[in-house]
Parts: sequence; structure tokens; C-alpha cells
Amino acid sequence: MSRIDISTRRGFLEGAFSAGALVLATRILPEQAQAAALTETAVWSPSVYLGLEADGTVILIVHRSEMGTGIRSVLPSVLADELEADLAKVRIEQALGDKKYGSQNTDGSCSIRDFYDAFRQAGATARLMLERAAAAQWKVPASECQARLHTVVHTPTGRTLPYAALVAAASALPVPNKKEIRLKSTAEFRYIGKDLPIWDQQAMVTGQAVFGQDARLPGMVYASIERSPVFGGTVKSFNDAAALKVKGVRQTVQLDHFKPPHLFQALGGVAVIADNTWSAMQGRKKLKVEWAPGPNADFDSAAFKTSLQQTVRRPQKVVRNIGNVDQAFASASKSHEADYYCPLLAHATMEPPAAVAEVKDGKVSVWAPVQDPQSVQDAVGAALGIPPADVACHVTLLGGGFGRKSKPDFAVEAALLSRKTGKPVKVVWSREEDLRFDFYHTTGACYLKGALDAKGNLAALLHRSAFPTIGSTFQAGADYAMDIELGMSLIDPPLDIPHFRAENGPAKNHLRIGWLRSVANVYHGFALSSFLDEMAHLAGRDPVEFLLSSLGPGRKLDFADLGGKYWNYNRTLADFPYDTARIRRVVELAAEKSGWAKKKPSQGRALGIAALHTFLTSVAAVVEVEVDDAGNVTIPRVDYAVDCGAVINPDRVRAQFEGAAVFGATIAMLGEITAKDGRIVQSNFNNYPIMRMKEAPREVHVHTIASPAPPSGVGEPGVPPIPPAIANAIFAATGKRLRELPIRRVKLA
Amino acid sequence: MIRLKVNGLARQFDGDPDMPLLWYLRDTLGLTGTKFGCGAGLCGSCTVHLGGAAVRSCITPMSAAAGKNVTTIEGLDQAGAHPLQKAWKTAHVPQCGYCQPGQIMQAAALLKSHPHPNDADIDQAMQGNLCRCGTYQRIRQAIKIAAGGKS
Repeated sequence: MSRIDISTRRGFLEGAFSAGALVLATRILPEQAQAAALTETAVWSPSVYLGLEADGTVILIVHRSEMGTGIRSVLPSVLADELEADLAKVRIEQALGDKKYGSQNTDGSCSIRDFYDAFRQAGATARLMLERAAAAQWKVPASECQARLHTVVHTPTGRTLPYAALVAAASALPVPNKKEIRLKSTAEFRYIGKDLPIWDQQAMVTGQAVFGQDARLPGMVYASIERSPVFGGTVKSFNDAAALKVKGVRQTVQLDHFKPPHLFQALGGVAVIADNTWSAMQGRKKLKVEWAPGPNADFDSAAFKTSLQQTVRRPQKVVRNIGNVDQAFASASKSHEADYYCPLLAHATMEPPAAVAEVKDGKVSVWAPVQDPQSVQDAVGAALGIPPADVACHVTLLGGGFGRKSKPDFAVEAALLSRKTGKPVKVVWSREEDLRFDFYHTTGACYLKGALDAKGNLAALLHRSAFPTIGSTFQAGADYAMDIELGMSLIDPPLDIPHFRAENGPAKNHLRIGWLRSVANVYHGFALSSFLDEMAHLAGRDPVEFLLSSLGPGRKLDFADLGGKYWNYNRTLADFPYDTARIRRVVELAAEKSGWAKKKPSQGRALGIAALHTFLTSVAAVVEVEVDDAGNVTIPRVDYAVDCGAVINPDRVRAQFEGAAVFGATIAMLGEITAKDGRIVQSNFNNYPIMRMKEAPREVHVHTIASPAPPSGVGEPGVPPIPPAIANAIFAATGKRLRELPIRRVKLA
Repeated sequence: MIRLKVNGLARQFDGDPDMPLLWYLRDTLGLTGTKFGCGAGLCGSCTVHLGGAAVRSCITPMSAAAGKNVTTIEGLDQAGAHPLQKAWKTAHVPQCGYCQPGQIMQAAALLKSHPHPNDADIDQAMQGNLCRCGTYQRIRQAIKIAAGGKS
């Protein structure tokens, strides 16, 4: 995104293509649309647009949001590869929110997984049309024409025609069907599989990249909003006399309180409108608001933790049952039980939420750093009582997302305030607001019980969890987990054991609950992978050897006991098998690369392992920790082994895992949101710390398995193995078993 | 009236002298390369050079900038040809990119005082700059590339 005044960018999609441009609309993934319709969360009917201008410039419209994964560059590189486009003659433009693209929800580590084939097909289709146009011009068979880096070559004679000379003719041809097109072989790839830099790199290092916080419109005013410190509280009365005296403050505006379910509505409160961000923030500090505290004023996260722990100590709703764990425990040679706990977390994207909106003639234009522009259309449309189609959502770059920017409440605030003030309004959230009014990653308690048989093999496992559900954001009062949450490392461990039961208990929400990078895999994965390590030690076996033994021989899980009803991250088990052979391989590779067998625990220094299959990707992480005499933990090295199917951009895959190691280590060591009297205690990075350079994992090595399988996800799967691998390593180094996060709360010396 | 220079251009400011330099740069001058991250000097996203030294512009009042030269990421090298910017591109450092202008400005101040920093120098200098994407490993690598290129 270059630094163009965004007001000139409106209507881009109408005006993007000059007359005579070849505009190729490719319907994609109809099979997936049908398959996905069977699941509860996703509807797929995507299409993408690719344009060639008369001068041969290729315009690629990216419908997914850039929040740091590189997707804005990698998906277009896939299309450009099949199109044999010269990247120097390619322009990337960000799509507006529009259902015609299908899902734009950049979430769930699925952009490559769900659009790789589609982008290849789109590129190959356009390539064939250009070849056919050249064949017609030369009056030769199309089979003798081959696209090569923005030209078509007549292979017998070596004659060439540039794409620019073929655009008009190609645009008049019928679009070939899928059977006619030929996808490249791996050996022919020009960009796929290469370490291409991201498109926005130059803009990012020169300060020209435009994030949501950077969006500007002529005549824009700035808003800072005072919201109820307790979730669900309402404004009883307010006095704005002092606020209005602050230089630069223009007016105050009361925003209505949301109606349950809260969805992505604005929370409500009192907004201060000013000439600049500083004046708005200063004015807000001078507001005197009296709040009716609402139903959550008693919420205390410490007391709630105790109640969750009690819940998981009692039998709860059975969500998966294989064999008979009770009998197995009764006849076990050895058994063991343990509780685990993970606290509330905030996303804390480096860019706090922000949005610009302009309401004009009953229609709305929004510029915002959002993961899903269509949800902006829906939420703003609902708030203003207008059709979603009358909301134009322009997606800026996102200064981090991690799930927070899937929820566009901040864009709704901007739209409501623009309507009330009659001006373009920019809403800027402070860091304090970001931490206090998040859609929090839920707190989760787990209880596990396991049994060993006479040979010391894992024979039975019970995993019970309780946590406020994401479902409470969509249905007021929802208190049992959604299927997708259960299907994240609770009901689907990759273990080969005769007896297994998973249970889920009820938990009420007292805050907005959202999803954070890797979601329920955080607490389920921490508990499961920690417990397997505990069982290995109980059996007196090496954790890697015990893990491999518990995984059993490689096989494809069919979830037959559930009638095959397993969400599998919205893809079929036929397309993306849950294959434990792949998990075995990553465990073996991580052990090998980390020197597991050679590095025996020494005083204060040891390795820990965890392996999970999440977002259709198998990941094992071996973490090396060092605990000094004062109890300080450092992480000199992480070795990841990853099977994510085909690797499209190896550099961005490595980058995602390098980052996930830091993100996971932050969860393990530092992250904790607490509430007292319904109010969030933390306010900024001083009391909600994020890992800094010095304490972050020093060296992260990412070892990918060469695979012909279709690509799966890489944004999230690197996170869940890190907290348990760290805790397991600390146990190996110190003998202290850590069952609660964050670890900084525990004295290790 | 506060007079200062921003990226070599003379400027004057007659607003609230307590207003942080950050908001003057972003809202008044439209220099949005300097980022808002915490408003409390805790994350380093807003790092600029004031009189040649790295400062957190979110907690630097306009009064402190009077008579001084301010350099922002836009003024470091417009073409992105500063050794650090080049190294950032070589190492493919940015993920979301939001914190990187602040990281680069902090690193630029480091290289002025320590042209060949060791790991401890880098850790020390960069400790105030958060990256939620976790690009620290590559930031360290890029600083070393830039330092090596100078020698």
C-alpha cells in the first residue's frame, strides 16, 4: 500500500481497469463451497479478479488482509507464477470488502490452504488465453505457443509477442474450462518455493506503509471514547464541561450501549471529538462519567479461576468416548492426575485498533486494519440500519492482527460518530483501551488423568476442560464450548490408546471472548503436551521415546466413533488427512536437529518437547531452556520441525515460526490479564509485558519436511507447542513441574 | 511559538506545548511513519531522533523539541538506502511492519555510538523496542549486516 491520499483511492475497483483490459473472473473452489457448507463456521463461494491492462501490466487484487504473514505478497506470487508474469510488471491492489470474493476472513491459517489452487488456476487460465491469442495472430496451433515471462513464444520459430500486444485479443476469447488448463509442474515454478521478499517491504522500512492508524481523510476529526470499565456497564450520566474546555475539543457524543448478544457492536460510552488525537485523548480524561455497572461488576478473575478448577474436578459433559477409561484406571498399573490453568490473554497488536469512517448520502466508507472487511460491512450496516452493500470497507495494512482485528467494533464506532458529527471521523484506541476492552483469549482450566499399563505404555487418558466460550460473543449466555473449540486438541489428540474420554464443563463469560492466534489449542495443547511429559517421567521413559510410543504406528485418524463428524479445520479428512505418520516424522526430526539424544539435562539447562497437529499442520518443537541460580529463565534455542505440506514461500514460513516461538514464549512466561470488581487490572506494557529482544528465544531453527501434500496452515500452528515445551524443559532442568501460566509467577530458585 | 526543524525543514508550532511530539508529527505534519504504540514510552514504536539522539516521541513534549532538529523515518533516507534500511530488506525483517520504523530509528542511533555493536550492545540498545510479530532474531541479524557493511 503506497502512500497515496486514500481519498483518491475510493472507487478503485470501479476504475482499476482501463478500457479494453482483460478482466478475468475465475470462479473457484465450488467443491469446497459444498464441503464447507456442512461445517458450522464457514461458507465458501470465493472468486478473485485478475486484470491485465492494455500495456501488459498485471493487476492482482488481493482479497485477504496483510497482518504480517506475507499473504498480500505470497498469494499474488502464486498467480503470477502460473501466469508467467514478470513481477516488475505486476501491481497488487487490496480488495474492498465484497461477498463476490467469497470469504475474506483472514483467520484460521487458511489463506494459502484455501486459495492456493484457485490462484494457480486463475493464473493458468489467463496464461492459456494469452497463448491462444498469440496462436490466432500467428495462425499456428496453440500447442506451439508458450508463455514465458510476460511474452508468448512461438517455440518452433522463436518469434515472440509481449503480453501487451495480446491483451485485447485475449479478452475477447471464451474463458477456458478447468479441464483445458495445464498447471505447471514443480520444476517449472518461477516464484513458488522461492524466498521472495514481501511486496510492502520498501514501504515498511521507509515509513510509507499505510496502516489503519495512518488513514487520513480531508476534514477529518479525531475521536477518543470513554467506555464502561466493567463489561456491560452503561452511562448513567456524564459531565463534559471540563472536557469541552480542552483546546482543540469540538464536542462530545454519547454512543448507545450494545444490545446482547454483543457480536462486533460498539461497546457504547462517551466520545470526545477533537481536532487531533492528543486533544481528543486529553478531553476524554476530563470527562466525568457515572456508570451503572451492570451484571459483571462482581467479576473477579481469581475467584473465577477457582470455580473453573472445581468444575474440571467433577464429571462433565462427555464430548468423546473411546473404550472405557474408568475401567482402565481401576485396573491400571500406575495412574496420575493433574490440573492445568491458562489465564486470560489480550492480543496487544503493536497497532492499537483504529478506523476512519465517513458517512455521506446514507452510505459509509470505512478505512480500517481489519481481518475481515465483510464483517465490517455487516456490523456497520446493522449499526446504522443500512444494507451491508452500502458500506465500502477499504482494508489498510494491519499492524498485527492475531484475531483481534477480526472483530471490527472500532470501525462501527467510527461510522456511528461520523453519522452523528457529519464529518469523517477517526477513532484511535489507546494501548490502555486495547488491553481493557479486548475480545480476550479465554481463560481455560484442564484436568487430565492417565494410566500406564504393565509395560509402561499409555493405556488410558481423560481430558476435561472448562472455559468461557467464543460462542458467548454470538449467543448471549452460551456456556459450553463450540465444536471448533473442542476440535482443537481436546477431542483429537493423535494418540494410539485403547481408552480415551474428553469432557467439557460449563463456564459463563464476564467479558467479550474472542480468538487469539491458535485459539483453544493454547490451553488444551499446554495441558495435553505437559501431561504426556508427566506420564513419560512416571513411566521412567525418555519423553521423546514415550511420545513416539504413545503416537503409535503411523495411521490416518478416521474419527469413526464420532461418525466421522470432526471439523478438521473446515476441510475434509479426505483432502487433509489427520495422519499420525507425519506427526511421528516431525517428532523424530525435531529430536534429531536439536541433538535431543546427545544433550542430557545438566545443572539448570535442559530440553523439552511438545508436538501437536493443528490447523492441518504437524509441528514438533524442542525448546532449550537455561535456568540460572536466581531462577531466571532464558531460551537459547528452539528447533521446530514442521510438516505443512507444500511450502510456497519458505522464507515466510520460517518467519511465521520464528515469530510463533516468541509469541508462544510470551504466553508461557509473561501473558496474564486479570480482573477485579469487573475491571481489567492491566493497562499497558509495564504490567502486560510482551517479550523483548533480550529474553526472547535466541535462535529459532525451522526445519520443514519436503512434502508433495497440499499446503496447510503456518500462521498459528507454531504457537501451541511452545508453552508446554518450555514447561517440560524447565521440569527437566529444575525438577519443578509448572502447570499454570504465566511462568513468571513461579519462583524457580 | 516553538520553532524546530523536522527532517531538515524549519517548522513552527503554536499549540499546546505539552502535546507530545508524536501527535505533532502524525496529525499536524502527516508524517505517519512514526507510530503510536503505547503512549507511555514502553514500546519504542514512536522512536525518532531529537538532536541526534533516539527518543520516544510519545512522551516528548513539544516544548522539549524547541530549537532542535527532529529526524523521523521519512527523513532517514527517503529512498530506503540507509545501510539499516538496506539490511532490513536483505534480512526480510518486517512481518506486519508496524514497529519497524521505530526499530530502525533506534538501531540508527546505536550505530552512531557503536559502529560495530556486539550482541550485548544490540540487546541493550534494542530492549525498549517491542515487536509483537517476534522479528527480533532478524533485527539482530540486520543490525550486524548494516554494521558489517560500514566497515
